[in-house]
Amino acid sequence: MSERNELRDAAAVVGIGATEFSKESGRSELRLACEAVEAAIADASLEPSQIDGMVTYTADTNPEIEIARNLGIGELSFFSRIHHGGGAACGTVQQAVLAVNAGVADYVVCYRAFNERSGRRFGAGVQDQRLRVLGVADHDRPPVTTADQAHFSWYAPFGLLTPAQWVAMFATRYMHEYGATSEDFGRVAVADRKHAATNPKAWFYGKPITLDEHQASRWIVEPLHLLDCCQESDGAQALVVTSLERARDLPNPPAVIRSAAQGAGEDQDMMTSYYRERITGLPEMGLVARQLWNTTGLGPDDMQTAIIYDHFTPLVFPQLEEFGFCARGEAKDFVRDGTIELGGKLPINTHGGQLGEAYIHGMNGIAEGVRQVRGTSVNQVDGVEHVLVTAGTMVPTSAVVLGVDR
Amino acid sequence: MTTTADATDFVAQLKSFEGKEAGGPERGADPVNQPMIRHWVEAIGDDNPVYVDADAAANSVHGQIVPPPVMLQAWVMRGVRPRPTDGGNPRDELMNLLDSAGFTSVVATNCEQEYHRYLHLGDHLSTSTIIEAVSDEKATGLGVGHFVTTRVEYRTEDGELVGTMRFRILKFKPGTGRGATQDGDGSKPRPKRPRPALTQDNAFWFAGAKEHRLLIQRCTQCQELRHPPRPVCAKCRSYEWDAVEAGGRGTVYSYVVNHYPQVPAFDYPLPIGLIELDEGTRLVANLVGVDAADVRVGMPVEVEWIEHDPDLTLPAFHPVRSERPRAGQPDEGWPGPQRAEQ
Repeated sequence: MSERNELRDAAAVVGIGATEFSKESGRSELRLACEAVEAAIADASLEPSQIDGMVTYTADTNPEIEIARNLGIGELSFFSRIHHGGGAACGTVQQAVLAVNAGVADYVVCYRAFNERSGRRFGAGVQDQRLRVLGVADHDRPPVTTADQAHFSWYAPFGLLTPAQWVAMFATRYMHEYGATSEDFGRVAVADRKHAATNPKAWFYGKPITLDEHQASRWIVEPLHLLDCCQESDGAQALVVTSLERARDLPNPPAVIRSAAQGAGEDQDMMTSYYRERITGLPEMGLVARQLWNTTGLGPDDMQTAIIYDHFTPLVFPQLEEFGFCARGEAKDFVRDGTIELGGKLPINTHGGQLGEAYIHGMNGIAEGVRQVRGTSVNQVDGVEHVLVTAGTMVPTSAVVLGVDR
Repeated sequence: MTTTADATDFVAQLKSFEGKEAGGPERGADPVNQPMIRHWVEAIGDDNPVYVDADAAANSVHGQIVPPPVMLQAWVMRGVRPRPTDGGNPRDELMNLLDSAGFTSVVATNCEQEYHRYLHLGDHLSTSTIIEAVSDEKATGLGVGHFVTTRVEYRTEDGELVGTMRFRILKFKPGTGRGATQDGDGSKPRPKRPRPALTQDNAFWFAGAKEHRLLIQRCTQCQELRHPPRPVCAKCRSYEWDAVEAGGRGTVYSYVVNHYPQVPAFDYPLPIGLIELDEGTRLVANLVGVDAADVRVGMPVEVEWIEHDPDLTLPAFHPVRSERPRAGQPDEGWPGPQRAEQ
């Protein structure tokens, strides 16, 4: 981590656009990407031809050039992709900030689009990856020998195949060390679904849940109930980033990117960092938090609301701890009494989160952060000055602090 | 291309049933009556007096006996031996069409009921049924099939709508579900476990497993043990390594119990542990010889070997059977209550 990091107030999000969030879009992933990008550009009051940079995830199936070709964007002077699944979400914004700050692009679009329910379901995990032994004749694919895939050799043959299962290993240990319970995790699900219930764009609009319903939902992988797990969704979300100076000339109030940061921790694995001395924290998110608080001079008390990445409820807890909203092991106490619900001290995931609105790999959370700064969320928090948005956990990750332009 | 065109045509044929009346209206054999209510609540074990006790019912919000709302379907059921139909109605035509295409098995998957008012003794119900939806072809755990949803409306003799029910069935091809073989005869052994992806960095470990040796990679320069294996020692950056054989004992550092999704190569519920070996390294492995509900963090375990197929032998861990004290290993409380570590 560089002590010279001064990436502060350099750029702003000026446009957001999304498709509907569904379980079966009926359209190609490329078309979803085009629709969301076009909507974000229109929201920014820009023309496609003004876009000169694009960023997405390595996990996305839609190349920048395809979208540029379809929308008549034309030339691109900057394009980049971030690895590590949902950890990429805010990393795409950081790429955009770096690009506009360096002057290599003026208007950068960040996007993520997939048919993650009707197409390839992430919940299925790596069972179809055909991990194989060299030279065995009954498998018809060439040998898989990349370091990425070899990694899963330590899990897949034992049946530890899916994101929920990889996460559950952390949850059990966290419960053991800190005395957190399944009900404690359930409070995150209840808050998310409460917020989704009043968000017409949310899949679970009008469908709040109780803690009893959370407890009664079936096991997916102990200690995770069904209602601890995010949805699988079809949909797309895009954002437009430009310099703060240009942002001030556009009609939308700028959502200032106070800072953006990435982090990979020591002895970091993709979803399975089981070999660190302790596995109850998220050192990579701690690294992101230190950068954000150092560069902005802000701290947890300066956040009026937060979007905390919620693929699975247990990992919301160590994020709250790494950012200093509460002490280590005390998130279970922090989330009691409605602290994280609208009207509480730190309402989180006011769009309904990925449990309630949709799982768009964290990008829809950044859009909600922008709406909170603009004052246009359906679940608007009073007096928002700053919003923290985090990205995927148990992977190399990222986060941003968005703020009102003062 | 013929296959695709045929499939599209078949689905179009199925979809043409959507919105059609399934058959003629049907009338319940008996009006809502006390004996049927009594038998039903006794069988279910519901002792709410409002269903059977006239005095209690008179003093309730209902003012009279009401049947449990979920009895709705019972009032127009066809009975134990349904009368044969002579075909010729859309429901039979749809079922015949599915049968003739090989979707011969059936299972009920969902039933949703809406109640518009409480029923009273003497209400005599009839139903009309619409084929609401026929799905595209779906691959399910049971097999490849089509979901058929019907909507049943329950009305009294004067035509008042008192309830609706959506009933969904899956018509599927037997032998095409998860775990079934290509031949559909179900006799082939279960699919193999996912293979490890072998590289020059990790192959020695799986070779050791085939010989029932639990290996731990060791840096030959600084003696650091490491797992999973990797080419370089992060401590001293030496590329030189060998492997030592572990004693095979350790404790459960963490664990999970898998329920879904269910992959045919495994049995569920499937407990998997993160085992901390006495040597200090950790590894993921299956937990065996223990009920999933009895697994605890801190539980002492020891290795055994399972030859899953001729090419794959993996370690698994079972609870230590003979409890002998181990030097330097604090009792972590298993199988008693778990203890927080501060």
